[in-house]
Amino acid sequence: MTIEVRDLSTHFRLSAGTIKAVDGVSLSVRRGQILGLVGESGSGKTVTGFSIMRLVESPGFIAGGNILFQGTDLARISEEEMRRLRGNRIAMIFQDPMMTLNPVLRIDTQMVETIRAHEKTSREEALRRARDALGMVGIPSPEERLKAYPHQFSGGMRQRVAIAIAFLHKPDLIIADEPTTALDVTIQGQILAEVQKLTSKFGTSLIWISHDLSVVAALADEIAVMYAGRLVEQGKVGEVLDHPLHPYTKGLIDSVPNRNRRGAALNQIKGMTPSLADLPEGCSFRTRCPREAEICKQVPLTREWLHDHTARCHRPYHPTEDFT
Amino acid sequence: MVSYLLRRLPQAALTMLVMSVVVFVGVFAIGNPVDILISPQATATERDNAIRALGLDLPIWQQYWSFLVNLFQGDVGRSFVFNVSALHLIMERLPATLELALASTLLGLVIGMPFGLYAGLAPNSRVSTSIMAGSILGFSLPSFWVGIVMIMLFSVHLGWLPSGGRGDTVYWLGARWSFLTTDGLAHMAMPVLNLALFQISMVIRLTRAGVREVILSDYVKFARAKGLTETRIILVHVLKNILIPVITVVGLNLGTVIAFAVVTETIFSWPGMGKLIIDSINVLDRPVIVAYLMLMVLMFVVINLLVDLAYMVLDPRVRLESR
Ligand SMILES: Nc1ncnc2c1ncn2[C@@H]1O[C@H](COP(=O)(O)OP(=O)(O)OP(=O)(O)O)[C@@H](O)[C@H]1O
Ligand SMILES: [Mg+2]
Repeated sequence: MTIEVRDLSTHFRLSAGTIKAVDGVSLSVRRGQILGLVGESGSGKTVTGFSIMRLVESPGFIAGGNILFQGTDLARISEEEMRRLRGNRIAMIFQDPMMTLNPVLRIDTQMVETIRAHEKTSREEALRRARDALGMVGIPSPEERLKAYPHQFSGGMRQRVAIAIAFLHKPDLIIADEPTTALDVTIQGQILAEVQKLTSKFGTSLIWISHDLSVVAALADEIAVMYAGRLVEQGKVGEVLDHPLHPYTKGLIDSVPNRNRRGAALNQIKGMTPSLADLPEGCSFRTRCPREAEICKQVPLTREWLHDHTARCHRPYHPTEDFT
Repeated sequence: MVSYLLRRLPQAALTMLVMSVVVFVGVFAIGNPVDILISPQATATERDNAIRALGLDLPIWQQYWSFLVNLFQGDVGRSFVFNVSALHLIMERLPATLELALASTLLGLVIGMPFGLYAGLAPNSRVSTSIMAGSILGFSLPSFWVGIVMIMLFSVHLGWLPSGGRGDTVYWLGARWSFLTTDGLAHMAMPVLNLALFQISMVIRLTRAGVREVILSDYVKFARAKGLTETRIILVHVLKNILIPVITVVGLNLGTVIAFAVVTETIFSWPGMGKLIIDSINVLDRPVIVAYLMLMVLMFVVINLLVDLAYMVLDPRVRLESR
């Protein structure tokens, strides 16, 4: 197991009250596996990723839980120990490549500093490795491009640079936060293929955050569905997408445009994403749920309904036992 | 870069030309120097001769024309009072003012940036609130009042620092400078601090605002995610981005500092251009006033140009567009 998150809670203490952006999330990724973390906007995917990196900033804080990375609990180690892991054993790729590189520093500076933050190497050696890394992610004439500034690259190329930086130390885990969302479709495919190739080459575990089910379906081994700060369903990608247990997961799947049903109205999940500040009691999805019942006013627990397939729901689809 | 400068040059020349008209007309409006320069006992003939000698009998547009023609020959006219070249008078005083202005700007950066950085990084600490409150004082206290309080405290009461003058000077690069001797530095201390107060406050606020903005940016988050030390993030990633607005504003402000050193120079009897111009206005010494104002315009034009160039060096995005 590369990473095992147990019961993670990350809260934001605001003047209006405390917001539970991540509320008791447990997930794990095996070596070389890809976990797709999906959910609608504001469900807490990014905060989960930043919590694992220990990069949540005030007023946010990790309120509880364990983040076991190769046996070490990241929630307990010192800031300096954490810094030595960041960018080294655990790397992150951000959503918007136009914003992730520092506009006033050359690419070589931004790559070399990453190498030298974790290893004692000469500048020449670091430059050589930076160049190789750029070549590896498919950037043409990397030697020259090293001397360029970020604004001289297109969005797709910048994301490749960010990916090259993430892979500099061949990390054990990469958290990719919607790295293709800001790019156009053809580039998305290329970036996807690039990341897939590199993770399998280095045996890197990957947490791929996305709200695009089709991307996750193509890429991930496992999927975790997040709703209002909680994981509502988790399992093998094929299994979950073919036999969703949670009504929210089913709603997500049904709202993906499908060319076999061209012209048919898309099934939207009814209602709006509730604000985290006033979630309904019990199951937070119940006010939008087609299967809501009296029991849903109690908080459902995560339960393994099928083999390796869990859901946090009182009344899932695919009942394996009787409901009355 | 060269083509950029060539493009800017006609623009600068036009600015100068327009300003010369404004300055010339403006100075005419202040009053007639003849009334002050010529003694009331003078006879009518003496008076007429004097007026003709100074060229004041010609209509204003003719005076302007001859002023312009002389200007192109590098002659801005002679002081009515001292009967020497006005430019020479001003240039003699320029180093004193320059020294004051540059030292106070430097002080503004050296003190303002660290304080602003701290206030930006720990915005809620008590020290930061004090820094920001102090910067408001620096903005709002009138500099003549601060100057007088400083003299009362450090010269009259404590007797630590001299209250006026330049002290010992050293000849270097064709001018006399105070900052090269200890006595000169002692004389500079109060006027420089007095002039720097506003700039320190300004730099603190600019730096703090910059830090607050940059620290939230994705690229700083990404730098953290790369495992860089906090020191490197602040000194390289944050500071390099903040330097752009700070240098721009401080640079543009330099002209204002030079032009408005008048108050400080008057309080501390600092023999700079500011003091000269006040004296010249009192006796309506037109050529000196005009030459001084034209020099100020030129200085603003040059500073603007230099700031643009600095901007190009600091910001790679601008650098490329203008190639
Ligand atoms: N700095 C912050 N201050 C206050 N609340 C925050 C902050 N950052 C995040 N949150 C809260 O955490 C919730 C989850 O945010 P998060 O960015 O993780 O969502 P997400 O699932 O990544 O959404 P998206 O798909 O839009 O990126 C938000 O709805 C917001 O209420
Ligand atoms: Mg997000």
